[in-house]
Amino acid sequence: MPHSLAPLRIAATLAAGLAAAGPAAAELVISNWDGYMAPDAVDAFAAATGEAAEMVVHATNEEIMGKLIASGGQGYDVVFVSSPFAEVLNNLGLLEPVDAAKVPNLANLYPEAAALPHDPGNTFSVPYAWGTTGLCYRSDLVSPEPTSWNDLLHPAEAQVGKVTLLGTDRWLLAAGFLARGYSVNETDQAKLDEVEADLIEAKKTMLAFDDTTFYSKLVSGEATLVHAWDGWCNYGIAENPAIKFVIPSEGSDLWVDTMVVMKASQNKDGAFKFIDYILDAKNHAWAAENILYKVPNRPAMESLSPDMAATYPNMAMAPADLVALEQLRDVGEASRAYAKAVSAIKAAQ
Amino acid sequence: MAPALLWLTALMLVPCGLILALGFFRRGLYGGIEYAFTLENFALIVDPLYAGIFLTSARIAGTATLIAVIVGYAAAYAIAAAPRHRQPTLLFLAVLPFWSNYLIRTYAWIVLLNREGLITQGLRLMGYEGEPPSMLYTEGAVITGLVYNYLPFVVLACYAPLARLNPELAEASRDLGASAFTTFRRVILPMTLPGIAAGAVFVFVLSIGNFITPALLGGGRFQMMGNLIYAQFLTANDWPFGAAISMVLIAIMMGLLTLQAIAAERGAGERREGANG
Repeated sequence: MPHSLAPLRIAATLAAGLAAAGPAAAELVISNWDGYMAPDAVDAFAAATGEAAEMVVHATNEEIMGKLIASGGQGYDVVFVSSPFAEVLNNLGLLEPVDAAKVPNLANLYPEAAALPHDPGNTFSVPYAWGTTGLCYRSDLVSPEPTSWNDLLHPAEAQVGKVTLLGTDRWLLAAGFLARGYSVNETDQAKLDEVEADLIEAKKTMLAFDDTTFYSKLVSGEATLVHAWDGWCNYGIAENPAIKFVIPSEGSDLWVDTMVVMKASQNKDGAFKFIDYILDAKNHAWAAENILYKVPNRPAMESLSPDMAATYPNMAMAPADLVALEQLRDVGEASRAYAKAVSAIKAAQ
Repeated sequence: MAPALLWLTALMLVPCGLILALGFFRRGLYGGIEYAFTLENFALIVDPLYAGIFLTSARIAGTATLIAVIVGYAAAYAIAAAPRHRQPTLLFLAVLPFWSNYLIRTYAWIVLLNREGLITQGLRLMGYEGEPPSMLYTEGAVITGLVYNYLPFVVLACYAPLARLNPELAEASRDLGASAFTTFRRVILPMTLPGIAAGAVFVFVLSIGNFITPALLGGGRFQMMGNLIYAQFLTANDWPFGAAISMVLIAIMMGLLTLQAIAAERGAGERREGANG
């Protein structure tokens, strides 16, 4: 989910997305975020199974959703999307039910990952990575250490002008919802209005909205406290061990990125084989080792070096603790109100 | 003629027509398009939120245009006044930044302006010890980025009429008793106005639709029309509304370009009259 890449890429994909539909469907087509799986995964899969496969990339959930909805899913076999979007695709009837018999490695998933609220029993989606959102901060520069969403929205004097917020609709609003003790999937307009006003107020004490470079701002000291995805906070920790990650006392969201098979796929057996290949402990561990995201695969997580948990404490978070957080769900028609609230927050001076 | 017409149709009229048509449909529940005619997307534009974003964009783009015109015209004037053999070099230097990518030029400003950036470090080297100034993520940073990136357009657009200007006209004005300022105001400025108009329209049109600069140098704190359109297509998945705003923006640009073409035509007419009379 945390993959809103730089505007340039998005501009380019917007142009490409408007101009044409998906790639030719001659072979297995797998669409994923750039850099979200091993660069040789598709080739290694092809070598291991004899299935010809091609990897294409999407920059955001919304981009691939636009293409899938416009084409009815034609031209894609396996797609990586965040769970609320998988829900939408399923509601639109675009997804092939997961055939567990063809994906024996589903057994590698933690029991918690097979009972996610958006899809209990993994009937239409298979979780690939999961995590949460919280506060990432410089423990050497922020004192006392932050414990609440309100520390982000109403920072202490020393932190004024040195905090950043995620700018993507769901997470920006989640910070406001959680600070007031509301659900991260709140659809009540009155509560949304309250949170909109709170976040407009919070703009006065923040540095910027930042979805992509917040951890480097922490490293440089330009920011001291940022709203961050757990995995991305790890990129900061890798460069400066004084950087820490905390889930605020009010709780947070659970985000899950999933793999889905399109109903329009011409090679569903191959598509399930690919998912099974990714769920192999060694292959799935790649994501944890290289992109520092938690994966919902028990043998994969158990294969990680203990140093990893020592360096990046959030990697060691127990699945039970993770699923105790409220999962982000599709909010249906309210997504329009979300978008409008975010526009209003960003436009407010 | 036929290939040009084909080119124009395939690459300009058809895409614009598609966007225009999209603006009259309804957004589906999950971001698809429902093919039911509606005017609500265009009606939404006068919503105070979106109208406010439009006014902010116009203000930022207008300020950037004003600064770019003043600085760019002065630069073009200086280049046109330089010895003739140096002018190509000077012009080359003015457009040199264009050879690097827009994003890289914009990131360079982040390196300069951020709180721990080169300017702050320079100040510290000179003994400054207080809180570093907040320069990045301000309206000033957005305007600076726009001016910097689009300045060469103004320099080029103003240089052409300035270089063409017959120096004898200015001499004649002086001989007739006009001061240097009056000569500039009554002779040089009117004759170079089409260049200024062309440069100004370029900067304004490119600025008001820009979304990278407000996103990077404004830290997302400023919504411009470009960001709003971007959000409709890529996060809100409301293509019909995005299309409607795009059409409004295109209409404004066409209007400005038409005005500029009229100004250029009038200028050309005056020059012909000047040459004949």
